[in-house]
Amino acid sequence: MNIAVIDYQGGNVQSVLFALERLGVTNAVLTSDPAVIRQADRVLFPGEGEASSAMRALRAAGLDKVLPTLTQPFLGICLGMQLLGRHSEEGPAGGTELLGMLPFDVVRFTPPDAAHKVPHMGWNNLHDLQTPLFAGLGGQLVPGDKLGFQSGFNQAVEARQSGNSLPHQPIAADYVYFVHSYYAPVGDYTIAQASYPAGVPFSAGVRYRNFYGVQFHVEKSGPVGEHILRNFLTGDLG
Amino acid sequence: MLTKRLIACLDVQNGRTVKGTNFVNLRDAGDPVALAARYAQEGIDELVLLDITATVEKRRTLIELVRNVAREVNIPFTVGGGIGAVADVEALLLSGADKVSLNSSVLRQPGLIDELARRFGSQAIVVAVDARQTNETAASPADEAWEVFTHGGRHPAGREAVAWCREAAERGAGEILLTSMSHDGTRDGYALGFTRAVAAAVGVPVIASGGAGAAPHFRDVLLPGGADAALAASVFHFGDLSVAGLKNYLLAEGVAMRPVG
Repeated sequence: MNIAVIDYQGGNVQSVLFALERLGVTNAVLTSDPAVIRQADRVLFPGEGEASSAMRALRAAGLDKVLPTLTQPFLGICLGMQLLGRHSEEGPAGGTELLGMLPFDVVRFTPPDAAHKVPHMGWNNLHDLQTPLFAGLGGQLVPGDKLGFQSGFNQAVEARQSGNSLPHQPIAADYVYFVHSYYAPVGDYTIAQASYPAGVPFSAGVRYRNFYGVQFHVEKSGPVGEHILRNFLTGDLG
Repeated sequence: MLTKRLIACLDVQNGRTVKGTNFVNLRDAGDPVALAARYAQEGIDELVLLDITATVEKRRTLIELVRNVAREVNIPFTVGGGIGAVADVEALLLSGADKVSLNSSVLRQPGLIDELARRFGSQAIVVAVDARQTNETAASPADEAWEVFTHGGRHPAGREAVAWCREAAERGAGEILLTSMSHDGTRDGYALGFTRAVAAAVGVPVIASGGAGAAPHFRDVLLPGGADAALAASVFHFGDLSVAGLKNYLLAEGVAMRPVG
């Protein structure tokens, strides 16, 4: 399996490569070459830092035109997820135009009181999980039908039940590591939620067709993160 | 919900872990990569590597250590200790560190916080503040006076601590690592009033450090103390508290925690 990690000087790619290595993937390619990216079986799109500089770097590499044309399973991580949206409040006056691949606008957390800090930093639990990306996690699984991935979901569950697939470590709770000041609101594209403040959900995961994104650092989220990453590598993600 | 974090701190010198009492009498507590991996497996939420090496080899050995930890460990970690140059921050982040912590360098040149936050994002920039109470006989927490110190607590920086934390956060620090030099190594508990004052003064997360000796100390600094995270070293290194035991205690005490297991 060929795995491409997109390199656009946009963040902590090394951590993603190491996370893949821990799962036994040693041949992942760090690249900004459209030809290499197109040929990969899976594409990972990490991102950290600030939205407008990330978009500038993507445009400079011509990747803003390439990414929307990809057809293999694709996973944006953290800022890499946010960049899939239409617009972000982050950036110089007026914010930043994003890739426009998913119909959400990224906004800044507005804490209700001094006890709620921004960035939203630390371990938070996922809920309302959908799609095979999250198959096997202990949270409440909601097989979605509106986006048509029911069958993929069932296959992943069956594969897991038959013992053919992924999970190796028992997972008590679906806590993953977040660090972000901006978020995508919940919408039809949302496939996982987390809440901050408590009771106020935002998109922890998004999907449109083959394009998936997670707001949390899947590469730094302990056994839960490794489980999700393994699902991404081996699951039927349509 | 968002949980409070437990952070194990590994003080590193020449590639080995050390921890002192009030920053003297350093003792060897093992290999940092093995120790980091063990803590991650035991359920610690985050790690801090503080490098106290003061040789010309420092930069190379620290980058190598960061790579080795990032390769082994599947949770976030911060690296700090004598880091000042933008190029060093970049090299450490590119080697797999999630955050870099800065202390003396940003006291000398506060504008560096703005520059680093612009360049790498606030989420990657931690400002570490070592403070000492300068009127130990204060009648109440509101009367406590806290000054910033550098060089392991030897040199006063000429800054009032709460004001400096506020300035660091406003300049773009994504997190404050707050160490009470008056409590560090005592095992008598964290500086509660001081931590609460800083947590109320800044809009970013605060890590409390210095004084952890028993499980109730963690509860006190995370609940009434208002800290977002509690950092400790010796109580973990020497096995006084297990991560799982501490987390179970804190969960029972009503502290939001990522459960172990």
